[in-house]
Amino acid sequence: MLEYLAQQSINALQLGSIYALIALGYSMVYGVLTMINFAHGDLFMLGAFACMVLALLLPVPLPFVVVLLLVMALIGLLGALIERLAYRPLRHAPRVSAIITALGCGLVISNLTLVQFPYAQRMPTLFTSTTYEFLGLTISSLQLLIIGVSIALMLGLDFLIRRTRYGIAMRAISFDSRTVPLMGISPDLVISLTFLVGAGLGGAAGVLYGLAYPVIAPSMGVLVGWKAFIAAVIGGIGSVRGAVLGGFILGTVEVMTVAFLPSTFRDLISYSLLLVILIFKPYGLLGRAPNQKV
Amino acid sequence: MSALLATLARQRWPLPALVAAGFAFCLAAQFVPGLINGYTQFVLITVGINIILCASLNLVNGYMGEFSVGHAGFMSLGAYAAAICTTKWLPATPATFFLAVLFGGAIAAAIGFLLALLSFKTRGDYLAIITLAFLMIVKSAWENIPYVGGPRGVLGIDPLTTLPWTFFWVVVTIWVLRNLVYSKFGRAIFAIREDEIAAHAMGVRVREAKILAFVVSSFFGGVAGALFAHQLQFINPASFDIVKSTEILVMVYLGGIASLGGSILGAVIFTLLSQALQPLGTWRMVILPLILVLLMLFRPRGIMGLRELPWFLPRRELKKK
Repeated sequence: MLEYLAQQSINALQLGSIYALIALGYSMVYGVLTMINFAHGDLFMLGAFACMVLALLLPVPLPFVVVLLLVMALIGLLGALIERLAYRPLRHAPRVSAIITALGCGLVISNLTLVQFPYAQRMPTLFTSTTYEFLGLTISSLQLLIIGVSIALMLGLDFLIRRTRYGIAMRAISFDSRTVPLMGISPDLVISLTFLVGAGLGGAAGVLYGLAYPVIAPSMGVLVGWKAFIAAVIGGIGSVRGAVLGGFILGTVEVMTVAFLPSTFRDLISYSLLLVILIFKPYGLLGRAPNQKV
Repeated sequence: MSALLATLARQRWPLPALVAAGFAFCLAAQFVPGLINGYTQFVLITVGINIILCASLNLVNGYMGEFSVGHAGFMSLGAYAAAICTTKWLPATPATFFLAVLFGGAIAAAIGFLLALLSFKTRGDYLAIITLAFLMIVKSAWENIPYVGGPRGVLGIDPLTTLPWTFFWVVVTIWVLRNLVYSKFGRAIFAIREDEIAAHAMGVRVREAKILAFVVSSFFGGVAGALFAHQLQFINPASFDIVKSTEILVMVYLGGIASLGGSILGAVIFTLLSQALQPLGTWRMVILPLILVLLMLFRPRGIMGLRELPWFLPRRELKKK
């Protein structure tokens, strides 16, 4: 029993790190714009498909790291492009307009992918996995890779946010968006960069997800992407560390649900968890309530 | 021509006359065989159901300025409740169908009441998430209840939704909503849309208004679902997903927020457009959300946003103009 639990914890760590990577994108955008980028889940989905297309199209198999970076750059640019074309004109419009636009953009992306790939696709093998045994537990090198890459990306992001000029500007905007332009910082540039980085992380999560669960479908933007959104809310949306924490919590909850209950209960439990969090702790575990000025 | 329209707009009789003519036409279409073909009848019923959905969602999203994406959830509650009534509990006759539709609406309204309680604490983006979670939970719940067929859904529902019944429910919906919107309650939700805190400070009972708006909106969402179930003759959890909710949202924001005339217009245009795009298959699902995005960028209030057909306005509002 204890071994079973430990084995499931490894799976939870794997799923949790993917959720955390996606959740970071939601949280970063919310931090600078106080807007939920509903299209982010679909960018994550597109990351998996971009990886598949790259692997199939290129005659020479590229090293995994190159594929990962290419997909991150591609999805990151797409995220920044969506912000430029669809969200920026609405920045001073009523909030509802921005939410609707984001939802619409997500649906356009997922349905365009559906037009191209009407059936679920099989991810080509990019990485030959070997399994290791120790202390009675099985762990594959793929799992180690996924967890390792995720943690490396998270540490990189943490460095970006805490130690660089852009990171400081990003935090400044989320702290007080009106004063920032007065200090000579271009908010447009910082917001574009935030989308670039956030969407890039989502694309990386798509690649890792495709490696871990090799059957990919356009619907996973909603099915997996919105789960990650729950993770961001659990941790406190807008808080980067909260997003990571929420990702691991949700991953654990989901893996344990499937381990002990029929798997059809997974969505029910996750979304109920979201409702419970929103009712009792609307700003999540690490988030702070906004000051409401009257 | 425009002078004639302007005169007609000032008269009160055209609306009852139109309703009577419409009802007469529906009865004729039902009982005179060959007057309109089956496909036209199907499209007209769909238009009616969409008007109910669009007008009822407009109460929350347009008049109150909240953003709910859960309307398909209320629709599915009404559809399942009514379908269970007519397939398992009661004989399928027009009289029991009326009761079943009421029951479907009541179930949806009861859950809408619970959702309204949740909306006290949160607004805007967070309320959007709550309604989204609600939609997912309802869908997931149906899939896990074997009594209602699980993922397969309910099959073999009698085709009880006729054109006269649909027209009847459209008229009831518009009538109830119109009278609510131009009452004290309507003023209250208008105030909530502009500024909830200021409204509260001015003595508006924010909670009561929100509850009433959600309950009425979800009741008619449930009614539309019940009609939908007895039109298609089968329902499954996948028919009421985020795509269905998006369709209703497109109708609301296309026709115009906070406008019943706009809701009717939006539902008619959307349904006809959607039928016309049917041959495009999946591309249809690309074009519809794209329309929504373009609307938000270039005309966020929709065609008739914040304006109303003069026939729906009470006399005191007409005099002002």
